[in-house]
Amino acid sequence: MTKLSRRLTALIVAGLFALTGCGGGSSAQSGPKSLRMTVWTANAAHLKLLNDIAAEYKASHPDVTEIKFDSVPADGYTTTLTTQIAGGNAPDLAWILEESAPDFVASGALAPVRGKIEKADELVPSATKLWEKDGELYAYPFSTSPFGLFVNTDLVKNASADWTWDQAIAAASASAAASGKAGLALPDFKYQNWAVLSAIWRGWGADAWSADGRSCGFSSTEMNDAMSFLHKAIFTDKAIPGPGTTVDFFAGDAAMAIGQISRAGALKDAKFGWTLLPLPSGPKGDYAVIGQAGIGVLKQSPNVEAATDFLAFLTNQANSAKLAQFFPPARSSLLNAETLAKSNPLIKAEQLQSVVIDGINKGVVKPSHQGQEELNQTIRAALDPLWKPDANVQSVLNDVCTKIKPLLEHK
Amino acid sequence: MTAVAHSTRAVARERASFWTQRRRDNLVGYLFVAPALLGSIAFVLVPLALVGWYSLNEWNVLAGTFHFVGAQNYQQLLADEKLRDSLVATTWFAAGLVVLNLSLALLLAVLLNQKLRGTTVFRTLFFSPVLVSLVAWTLVWQLMLQPEGSVNSLLGFFGADGPNWLRGESTAMVSVIVVQVIKNVGLNMVLFLAALQGVPQPLYEAAKIDGAGAWTRFRRITVPLISPTILLTSIITIVGSLQVFAQIAVLTQGGPGTSTTVLIYYLYQQAFQFHHFGYGATISVLLFVIVAALTLLQWRMRRKWVLHET
Repeated sequence: MTKLSRRLTALIVAGLFALTGCGGGSSAQSGPKSLRMTVWTANAAHLKLLNDIAAEYKASHPDVTEIKFDSVPADGYTTTLTTQIAGGNAPDLAWILEESAPDFVASGALAPVRGKIEKADELVPSATKLWEKDGELYAYPFSTSPFGLFVNTDLVKNASADWTWDQAIAAASASAAASGKAGLALPDFKYQNWAVLSAIWRGWGADAWSADGRSCGFSSTEMNDAMSFLHKAIFTDKAIPGPGTTVDFFAGDAAMAIGQISRAGALKDAKFGWTLLPLPSGPKGDYAVIGQAGIGVLKQSPNVEAATDFLAFLTNQANSAKLAQFFPPARSSLLNAETLAKSNPLIKAEQLQSVVIDGINKGVVKPSHQGQEELNQTIRAALDPLWKPDANVQSVLNDVCTKIKPLLEHK
Repeated sequence: MTAVAHSTRAVARERASFWTQRRRDNLVGYLFVAPALLGSIAFVLVPLALVGWYSLNEWNVLAGTFHFVGAQNYQQLLADEKLRDSLVATTWFAAGLVVLNLSLALLLAVLLNQKLRGTTVFRTLFFSPVLVSLVAWTLVWQLMLQPEGSVNSLLGFFGADGPNWLRGESTAMVSVIVVQVIKNVGLNMVLFLAALQGVPQPLYEAAKIDGAGAWTRFRRITVPLISPTILLTSIITIVGSLQVFAQIAVLTQGGPGTSTTVLIYYLYQQAFQFHHFGYGATISVLLFVIVAALTLLQWRMRRKWVLHET
């Protein structure tokens, strides 16, 4: 090999490594630092609060010249984040959704944070479980938000916190028939995001897979009962809008909706009466399902130390109390109706107690698994035949298990 | 005269003879094409080479690992049942799109080539969707194709019950094809119009005198004379049909089931959703080979059915 060709080869290899981002980690930067954090929200109030906290942090940390919150659309959020990482443009901190947690934590993409978090011991165990590996915490459980049932009290007069699912669906069906509007809306489901249905099927004791994630739960009797109930609610009772129909509860187009308290902001100027109830009880009794997001520090960041330090500041007790108006905290010291009521004026103290505080304490997080996106798409495709009036529920569910078995066993 | 002066003159002569007019012209030419050439190398050839390289590796973005796996991704390609499903969906989509788009574009072009009042308005009307933002166009159609959407309302006006267009396995594919055809038919229509206006009128007049009917004139005169444009539009449409992504992503997300998971959407899923970047690159190599093979095939076949080609 001539000198020139050796140089060319070295240049090409160096270029490839630079482009593929496999240069073997990044070195810490000294001097002024600029931090970037990806978030799913573009809500002005959310961003103002985050920016206010960041400004306070910068005032006491002159070496951090900028903290930028990069709003990425919620639809395809994780895809955008991983594309940024693949393109060598990883943020320093990232908001991570619960369904992606196993992939991010298991892959080693995140830096450990437990040592820096203020009073980490007071984090509720049900909230940290998803973000831990070998006793270390890899992201702060930033928003731990149980699902509740929003009810339009103009359309449903007899809404009750003691409802069973049978009663709730009967009320939704009656309201839909009487008003011509939709009954129960499942805002994020859209007949694709099937994990939202766990807010219903957990009432039957069903789950997508076993606790160790190795066995499929879709073909179980409990899941069959839950899905049969749901199928009847959609196609026979007409209590839930059918496939392909878009309904906005927050615009007054439905009697009820399953949602989290962060959605209550959309009801600030509602022209109808509303209330927030815990999820109705199922055949297996009361239960709660939590949607969660964590904030982690990317190991690829050149500012791991500074980013971890900012995360600790963002999530300390004082700032967690401020953020609680949008993002329910996982700190036991803040999990009381009095604290939450201060920052959630739209929701009554007893509603916060029954939906949020009780929900966080007894709830389970929505299904999440390593390789969740592949599982999501496979299950979505296999469940599609269920969303027809004449579907054979058990047969479809058995097919889901056949399709995802190799994925569950492989991970 | 000194030896140094001799030597200087010799060098000057040599230089003068090297920079001949032809070489100067060549240099200017190279300088003109240099930006485009460098752009092609940087933004076409290098990415192509990188895709080939990535396809030989397993790249875990989250873990930051990049391992050479040789032909493993290609072996996976051969055994991938979902890939076969997506190839079937791609074939249906491409066939439907090409047939509908080209025949409708040609029909519209023939109709709008008549010397009648109002044809300019109709030409503008049919071409205008080409100018509309693709995602906005698709989102509007998503609303229109809902069970209670305007398409079914229109059908209801005529007493027909419309299906749930985007949720039926057969209707979803048809819907995506039709939305795409309406969006882009204007472009092919304009190309056909230009070609039709280049057909010499005396040929039609001579054919009329010989007793040829409208269909015969179209078949024997129009089609052969616009065959280069037919070749061009068919290549553009076939290649375009293999690259349709946004419509699938917005309208059906590959469903119901996997009925609309065309190859490029499957590529996106594997690389960007499932984080299998190496395997995604392998699928894109397959897509490149398919596009190249189809284009080459059409190019070769032009000798048989394109007039003016030798």
